[in-house]
Amino acid sequence: MNAWQFMTSHRVEVLAATREHLILVLISMAFATAIGVPLGLIIVGRPRLRAAALALASIFQTIPSLALFGFLIPLPFIGGIGAHTAIVALVLYALLPILRNTYVGLTSVDPAILEAAEGMGMTEQQILFRVRLPLASSFIMAGIRTAAVITIGIATIAAAIGAGGLGTFIFRGVAMVSDAVILAGAIPAAILALLADFLLGLLERRLRVS
Amino acid sequence: MSHPIIEFRQVEYQISTISAPPILSGVSLQVHRGETIALLGRSGSGKTTLLKLINGLRRVTSGSVLVQQRDVREWDIIRLRRGIGYVIQEIGLFPHLTVRENVCLVPHLENWSPERISSRYVEVLQAVGLSPSVYSHRYPRELSGGQRQRVGVARALAADPEILLMDEPFGALDPVTRAEIQREFLALNRKMSKTVVFVTHDVREALLLGTRIVLLDSGRVIAEAAPLEFVKLAHPAAREFLDAAELTAGAGA
Repeated sequence: MNAWQFMTSHRVEVLAATREHLILVLISMAFATAIGVPLGLIIVGRPRLRAAALALASIFQTIPSLALFGFLIPLPFIGGIGAHTAIVALVLYALLPILRNTYVGLTSVDPAILEAAEGMGMTEQQILFRVRLPLASSFIMAGIRTAAVITIGIATIAAAIGAGGLGTFIFRGVAMVSDAVILAGAIPAAILALLADFLLGLLERRLRVS
Repeated sequence: MSHPIIEFRQVEYQISTISAPPILSGVSLQVHRGETIALLGRSGSGKTTLLKLINGLRRVTSGSVLVQQRDVREWDIIRLRRGIGYVIQEIGLFPHLTVRENVCLVPHLENWSPERISSRYVEVLQAVGLSPSVYSHRYPRELSGGQRQRVGVARALAADPEILLMDEPFGALDPVTRAEIQREFLALNRKMSKTVVFVTHDVREALLLGTRIVLLDSGRVIAEAAPLEFVKLAHPAAREFLDAAELTAGAGA
């Protein structure tokens, strides 16, 4: 049986797993964005906090994903078996690109524009929210795009701790030594990643100023 | 004579490294209501720093700067700046805002009513020779250098400030456009009678627009004169400028 035959005969299952996968990714991305962007705004003016936050986010990024899922299982509240543990891990992975791009975007605004804003009598807050943030928006979107692609990939491993998603087929396929079953998980995941990259790329270009 | 609207008293300005020579030293200067002061000098003479001391973008090391007889250090800095129009080279427009949003920013921050903002927008855009409706929704990147500079002037005038500071406002323009905008600005300034301080390294611009020229060299004021007197100055630094532009007392500016 080839991958195509497997997918058509199991299309209900594949679609359900794709939906599960997408929900995992969307929830994780929502949390990562809701944490990463405000954190980026906070660390702009605070060099010490900035170093700590970026270092911490980088450390999470270096932990192999299967290991991170494993570490989280025994933890109280956030740990255990299931989707919520997977979401915690995915948020940790998605955080760095979003945080770093937010920070870089906010600090790469032309100094002449910032001085004009200051000279016109805008307060620091007004400069941050009305000048820096809108001018950083395409950078931030680029970070979200990178994070989304990473998250879609790593979410396949979430199946290992019972979070469901397309990884279910991949792990099952490995156990069955069946390429067709592995591909039934891998192909939809790859399509999701490409699609996310393309759509968020469009959004990013729309946000770019001059 | 009435009190000066801007006054520099024995101003020193130095960046923190103690060994470097001061950017400004011993500068005393009075600017009266309705004057147009040209701060003329070569690159590094301290003219831009002097301008930025007025709206508090730079702070004096010693001495004091008074605006409307009040020390800049005692002003609520936001209030002070909102009352002073600030024009820098064309890059100063916000690229993510339309012409209208750029121009109306300060009135908006000052919570003017929408009707008042609209009528003021029309007024200032017409004053700089642009059609309010045509440019309303355009972004700075869609404008020519001359148009951008006009928008910059309109933006500085929007909240109707008493003082206008301009940092080499027409420096980035081609000579033809520059001459055109200079003439327009001259006419505009006569009508509005603002107090203007502008920085330039172009002696022709200083002579054309200034009611008084202040010549800076290595952080010191070395000459102060009305245009007609300035061309007669014998001071070597003044002569350098005049000779470089081939302007002499006889030739007329």
